[in-house]
Amino acid sequence: MSNRLEVVSLGVSFGATAVLRDLSFAVREGSAVAVIGPNGSGKTVLFKALIDALPHTGTVRWAPGTRIGYVPQRLDLERDLPLSGTDFLRAKAALLHAPEAEVERASGLVMLGREVEARPIGSLSGGQFQRLLLAFALLGRPNVLLFDEPTAGIDEPGEELLYATVERLQKEEHLTLIFISHELSLVYRMAGEVLCLGRRGVSCFGPPRHILTPETLEQTYGIPVDHYLHEVHGR
Amino acid sequence: MDASALVLSGSMAVAAGVVGCFALMRRMTLAADAISHVALPGIGLALVLQINPIVGGVAALLLGAILIWGLERRTGIPTETVVGVVFSAALAVGSLLASGDELIDALLGRPTAMGRWEFAFGLLAPLGVVAFLGAARHRLLISLVSPDLARTVGIDVARLNLAFLLAFAVTVALGLRYLGVLLMGSLIIIPAATAKHLARNVGTMFAVAVGVAVASTLAGSVAAALTHRPTGPVIIAAAAGCFFASLAVRRAL
Repeated sequence: MSNRLEVVSLGVSFGATAVLRDLSFAVREGSAVAVIGPNGSGKTVLFKALIDALPHTGTVRWAPGTRIGYVPQRLDLERDLPLSGTDFLRAKAALLHAPEAEVERASGLVMLGREVEARPIGSLSGGQFQRLLLAFALLGRPNVLLFDEPTAGIDEPGEELLYATVERLQKEEHLTLIFISHELSLVYRMAGEVLCLGRRGVSCFGPPRHILTPETLEQTYGIPVDHYLHEVHGR
Repeated sequence: MDASALVLSGSMAVAAGVVGCFALMRRMTLAADAISHVALPGIGLALVLQINPIVGGVAALLLGAILIWGLERRTGIPTETVVGVVFSAALAVGSLLASGDELIDALLGRPTAMGRWEFAFGLLAPLGVVAFLGAARHRLLISLVSPDLARTVGIDVARLNLAFLLAFAVTVALGLRYLGVLLMGSLIIIPAATAKHLARNVGTMFAVAVGVAVASTLAGSVAAALTHRPTGPVIIAAAAGCFFASLAVRRAL
């Protein structure tokens, strides 16, 4: 199977601080890769480098014909921004020359109600906004989905729903999924491979059963991670 | 007041209303006001060199837009701070270059007789600004929500920002003769602020902002002519009246 993404010796620095250093990995077409690591280890920075939103060294090579859907972690919006979810989705559809039916398909996939979609985006709850962002990402039928900490600010049933949708899409549409998560049970369930980012630029890459071990996790997070492992084995 | 002057000031107000909506959503409220001040040294220099003051104002504004754009591209610099410092300095230098009645006219605006090219600029530039914003509206909306999302949709965010700032500068330049350096920023911001308070989607916001900008400009120009007052302050008083009235109506649209 061919690679959708190849990253070679990727480095990102802010001033004198190196956040990512000499990072190399490859993502196969249609696979699911989880990115784990403690706060400040550069997970979101990695995503921004992957979409070319940050200056970086090394190479980020997407296969030709890659269409990226990106779901950011959170956005800093004014509550009274007079921009409705519908305005927001239609703006992307218009840019892609996608028909109106595409907007309905995308918001249908994430089960965003029409009434919710018509509200100003700043007034949506965390979970509603996250689903709107997922609908935005899915518009235009991307073949790669970058999902940053998808469950932050979402209740349990909402989280299940979001993951079930993403899992289904990944299988049905052969979507390549790269997601950041702190929930190791989820990582175990969904990921074919795990990329761990530790502090001070240490990283590892491999299948969950090799990465989600007490030793590697302790190395990554800098503290013993027993609690998560119970959860993993409990599933 | 003749009909052609009303048409020109009306089209200037349409551009101000639309530009204002984007400026406000991009949180450029303070920068908007400060940018308009940069016209003053240009006008002052033009008066010293004895060329048309509007030419000097336009040149200074376009330079100012490019300067802000350059500063925004360097991450880590608080843009609002730099804008505040640089453009207040521009106001100071400009005040030293111009003096007396000329200074008052430049600050508050005074519609005078205009040449053929000025008439053409006044008619074509608002058309250009509105056409650009209409064509770029989807890109502008996505990038104001998140520049990162905009990049994944293939938008060149830096280029779009520059184009928007230039459209903004041209709109300020259009208002110099009616509102002057001090008040043009207000005609861009106040109608949009009124609209933002009332609207729940962008379509309504644009409609209300343009309506308030055009109505205050036309009513203000006529009232100023009748009462022999400078036009700028009367226009802004009318716009501010609309804003305060809107506070009584919360999100009705």
